[in-house]
Formats: sequence, structure tokens, C-alpha cells
Amino acid sequence: MSINDIFSKRRRGWAKLEKARKPAKKKQLRIAHKRIEQLCDDKSFKEMFTRLRTADPIKFPGYMEKIAELDQNGNATEAFVAGTAKIHRIKVAIGVSDPGFMMGSMGTVVGEKIALLAEYAAKKRLPLIIFSASGGARMQEGMFSLMQMVKTAQAVERYRAAGGLFISCLTHPTTGGVSASYATLGDIILAEPGALIGFAGPRVIEQTIGEKLPEGFQRSEFLLEHGMIDMIVEQAAMRETIYKLLKLHEGGMFCER
Amino acid sequence: MNAESLSAYERVQKARETKRAGIYDYIEALFDDFMEFHGDRLYRDDPSIVGGIGVLDGMPVTVIGHRKGKDTGEQIKYNFGMTSPEGYRKAIRLMEQAERFNRPVLTLVDTPGAYPGIEAESNGQSNAISGCIAKMCNLKTPSICIITGEGNSGGALALAVADRVWMLENAVYSILSPEGFASILWKDASKSALAAGLMRLTADDLKNDGFIDTVIKEDDKLTEHIRKLLISEFHDLGNIRTEELLKKRYARYRKVM
Repeated sequence: MSINDIFSKRRRGWAKLEKARKPAKKKQLRIAHKRIEQLCDDKSFKEMFTRLRTADPIKFPGYMEKIAELDQNGNATEAFVAGTAKIHRIKVAIGVSDPGFMMGSMGTVVGEKIALLAEYAAKKRLPLIIFSASGGARMQEGMFSLMQMVKTAQAVERYRAAGGLFISCLTHPTTGGVSASYATLGDIILAEPGALIGFAGPRVIEQTIGEKLPEGFQRSEFLLEHGMIDMIVEQAAMRETIYKLLKLHEGGMFCER
Repeated sequence: MNAESLSAYERVQKARETKRAGIYDYIEALFDDFMEFHGDRLYRDDPSIVGGIGVLDGMPVTVIGHRKGKDTGEQIKYNFGMTSPEGYRKAIRLMEQAERFNRPVLTLVDTPGAYPGIEAESNGQSNAISGCIAKMCNLKTPSICIITGEGNSGGALALAVADRVWMLENAVYSILSPEGFASILWKDASKSALAAGLMRLTADDLKNDGFIDTVIKEDDKLTEHIRKLLISEFHDLGNIRTEELLKKRYARYRKVM
């Protein structure tokens, strides 16, 4: 069988699998869950670490009230949804920021979920895929938030050192303590078109330098041009792109069906 | 006790005083000899980061830290201690060098934060900071960090991941400057004093919260005291096997919840 035959067979396989997928439910889902539905095989997602709640570590005024408001039925999954799922039958550990919950900011719960997910992925030898959309560290948790940058960075670094494949997907927006920790430590870094990605927010930069920022500054296309990401992928093409990447690593330690 | 005599915001102001001891003052007082090295081998030398080898009681130590400058001319030259990606990459390079020659690493933190500028973002500020954090997490030799002045945000954290973290009694260390914090949460940077009071950014607060091992009193014997502490602590850390050292460092940051 020629290499072309193998690839065309594979393409047919993808098409078949794509056809077999049922359309996403109409029910209004939270942003993170919706993304997982679009990305993963139907009903393959098993959410983990859902019981974690913040302990309000610096007793910040009004913080617990705000959390309670966002978590009215007691089952909000905070600003990060984590678990396992399958992409064209390849099992993966997947985590997705939920920008609907306090702008996806990384506090202790988000940091803990990411660390747990990376540790779980290392233990179970699963590829690790994380979609970030976050304003950065969560102010209301002070230094406890800042330290999540270390906690998540060291967890993904350990995972990678053990041979794992970490695909980091940057979506709009990924800034501050998230872009400057685990999110830019991916083996492969993808970004969605037009996403704002950077360390400092545009407003802070404008205030510091006293001038208007150029068009397209800190957008995915700008990062690609400057060598900070591997490729820009449309949301509609994300599932197939990630599948291709997983296939390229199949047979590697962490990518088996 | 001094801790009660100054408010958190007064400490922020004290930590920022231009006349406050800077990195060269510490280097001169702590080391018998010091050789400075330059450049990230990628683009340029960032003067806001000083790096080199100091000799501490006969033992070569890699020293890396922020430099703010003591008058307007110096401040402009050193960009007020606001580091660009090249500075973090210089730090990474020197840490890798320290590993190669089995030298312990001392970092001295005093920065208003990473530089929020066009060039800094174009050259991958996020990537440089996450890389520096990752390097400090997996550094194979012992590390000690001293927060000597102002330690703001990821720009400070990038150099503050260590086996021991000490802090001067009038230094501050936080998720963001109180002005930035107030600006994000209340859209009003002038509420910085109020923010400082809530952020738990003083040495005593951070020690109580478990982020700082030792608070160093700022008296006449300050550098003499630091010198003794460094000699004894590097000696103790040097007796720990690398594997154990890395395990303990991981645990130190893993437990923050």
C-alpha cells in the first residue's frame, strides 16, 4: 500500500467518523462544555474534579458572594472544566477555560484542576489538551492566585518530561498569568484567529507607553508572525487539526487508542 | 513590633524608595568577588536584569536579580527594573549554566513588574516568563530567592520560584501592583492604599500564608545577617540529593490551594 493510499484511506476514515457524529445538543450549554461537545466524540466526555471550591484564601470582601451568585445551583464547575474525552476514538485528557466564570481567571480551583489534570494525564499516559481563555490570575485570591502559575507550569513540565504530548490552544483572550504560565509551555501551541494573546493587557501598554497600539497587535496573527505559536486554526477545523496532531504522535508513549 | 507600626501601603512606599538598597549593594556586601555576565544569546542584553557569579565564603553562586537604578538617568537606562523577555532569557541561560557547573542559584527580586511594551510583547513576554518559571521549577541545583524591594506580578514571580524564599521586612510581594489591582477590580487606580490593605502583600502576611520562609529584619546588620543565612542554608540545601530537592520544590508549590 502506497503512502497515498494510506492517507486517502485515513481521510475517508475521518469523513466517515465525522458523518457518524451526531449534531451538538440544542440546549444552551456553558461555553467550555459547548467547546468540548464540538471537539470530542459524542458523549465521550467525563468531567472530573467537579467538587473543588475556593476557600477564599485572602478573605477578600464580596468574593464569596460573587462566587455564590455564579454558582447558584451549587454545581458550577468554576472557570475551568476538566476531564477525559475521545477525539475520533483517541482518548485524551482535556481542559477548557470558561470565560463566563469570572473571565476565566485562574484562582486556586482553576490551578488545582490544571495540575490534577496534568498529573492524571501523566499517570494514565494520555495526551493533554488545554484550551485557555482567561484574563489571567484571579485578583480576589491575591498571592494564592499568582502561585497557580508555578503550580500549573511545574505540573505540565513534569508531564512533558515524562513523555507526554501537551497541545495548548489559545483562544480569545489569553493574557496575564495564564499566558505567562502553562499556556505557553505546550509542545504544540495553536491559536484561534483574531484571539487576543499577550502578557500585559492592551490598556496597560497604552497607558505605559502613551501611544495607541498598532492594528492587530497581540492578535494570533501577530503572534504567529513573531514566532510565538505554531499555527492558527479556525474553530470549525479544530477537531480535525487536533486529531491529525494526535495521529502524528500515535505510537508515541502517550498517544494510543 | 515593626509590623504593626507601618500600614501595608506605607510598606509599599518604603519598598519603592529610590534610596533603598539595590542589587549591586547586596552583591557587594554579600560576596567576596563578583563577575557579571551579559546577554541572552538571542537578541540583546537587558540591563534590568543583573546576572553573574558571586563568591560566597569560597563558594561560587550564580546570582540573578532585578536592577531598578538609583537616579533618573539610571532608572531610564535600566527601565525602572521592568524586565523584557531578553532579561528573563538571560536569567534562563545563566540558570542552565549554573546547573552545568553545579552552582547554587540566588535570585534577588525588586521589580514593579515585567515591562508592558510593544517590543516586549512582540518578543514573547509571556513565553519568556513561563520559560523562566519552568526553568526555576526544574533547576537541578539549590535555589534561594530574596524579595528585597518590590515584587509585583509574574515579572517578579519569574525569578521567585526557589527552594527557599526570604523577604525583607519592608519588602512587598503581590499578584499585581496595588494600583493595577485597584484599577482592575474597581476601575480606580487611586484606591491603591485600600487595595494594599486587602492584598496580604507584606512580609508578615506572606509568611503567615506560607509563601515566605523567613522575614529578614532591616537593621544595621542586615547584609551580615543575610550572608550568614545564605552560607548556612546553601550548605544545608547542598546536602539534599537532586531528586529529593526537586520533589520538595514541587511539593512546595503543589500544595498552594
